[in-house]
Amino acid sequence: MNLSEGVQLVSFGILTFLMLGAALGVVLSPSVVYSAFLLGLTFSSMAGLYLLLNADFVAAAQILVYVGAVNVLILFGVMLVNKRQDYRKETGLLLRQLLTAVVCFGLFALLGAVTVITPWQIAEGVTRVDSSVIALAKHLFSDYLLPFEVASVLLLMAMIGAIVLARRDLLMEDPETGMPAETELALPERPRETVVSE
Amino acid sequence: MELNYFLLVAAALFCIGIYGLVTSRNAIRVLMSIELMLNAVNLNLMAFSNFLDPDDIRGQVFSVFVITIAAAEAAVGLAIVLAIYRNRDTVDMEQFNLLKW
Repeated sequence: MNLSEGVQLVSFGILTFLMLGAALGVVLSPSVVYSAFLLGLTFSSMAGLYLLLNADFVAAAQILVYVGAVNVLILFGVMLVNKRQDYRKETGLLLRQLLTAVVCFGLFALLGAVTVITPWQIAEGVTRVDSSVIALAKHLFSDYLLPFEVASVLLLMAMIGAIVLARRDLLMEDPETGMPAETELALPERPRETVVSE
Repeated sequence: MELNYFLLVAAALFCIGIYGLVTSRNAIRVLMSIELMLNAVNLNLMAFSNFLDPDDIRGQVFSVFVITIAAAEAAVGLAIVLAIYRNRDTVDMEQFNLLKW
């Protein structure tokens, strides 16, 4: 083992430890705010793992999109629905968690066995592409052009859908008089009945 | 560095994501678990791209697409959570029984 392999192995170990620990924290931490910040740590260490896999562009995209956009979006979501409440007691919760843990361990064992047993056709030689950005751009503008465009349409649809779903219905005029509402800062909301569970 | 290491890490992350998806009661934490699972899939794609197909990195193209879809999914999912929160006044997954008979 030469020096570069040792450095790669050590950084792989550190990044894996960080990522799995942070992921466990996301799932198990009692406070959802800590979960959101630990999710950012998970995404960042995942970007480090991408760098170990010779993917510089995707690592940068991971930082930009996940840490910069998705994580901030989730933090905003946490802030908007920040309601301190104790959850109602449910019966059989512990049993459910236990069962889920057993199923997850079983799935991990299955996936690990498949990973170890399968004879992967590892590509030999060191004919690496010199820049992954150029190779990615060639793919995106030749043989993956249609999925690229469809993804852009899907992003537009998701943006419009998210706005429509999250928007509040505002009344521009007073319901009694029909005149424009006299409001200072807050626009009145259309009264909306809350769905009450029986 | 071997392919198996990365695949095992991705499998562990995926299982953590499934555990969080099933057991967590906060709707936002469910969304975070889905993101964890998508990241595990991405790590698999990148590992295959690097070890099995290093000349013609198709796995990276696919993970770029997965990142795109994950961003759209997070936005729409949070909008749905906000809409449900306004109607039901809670984020407890146990009380979201709108679609239950």
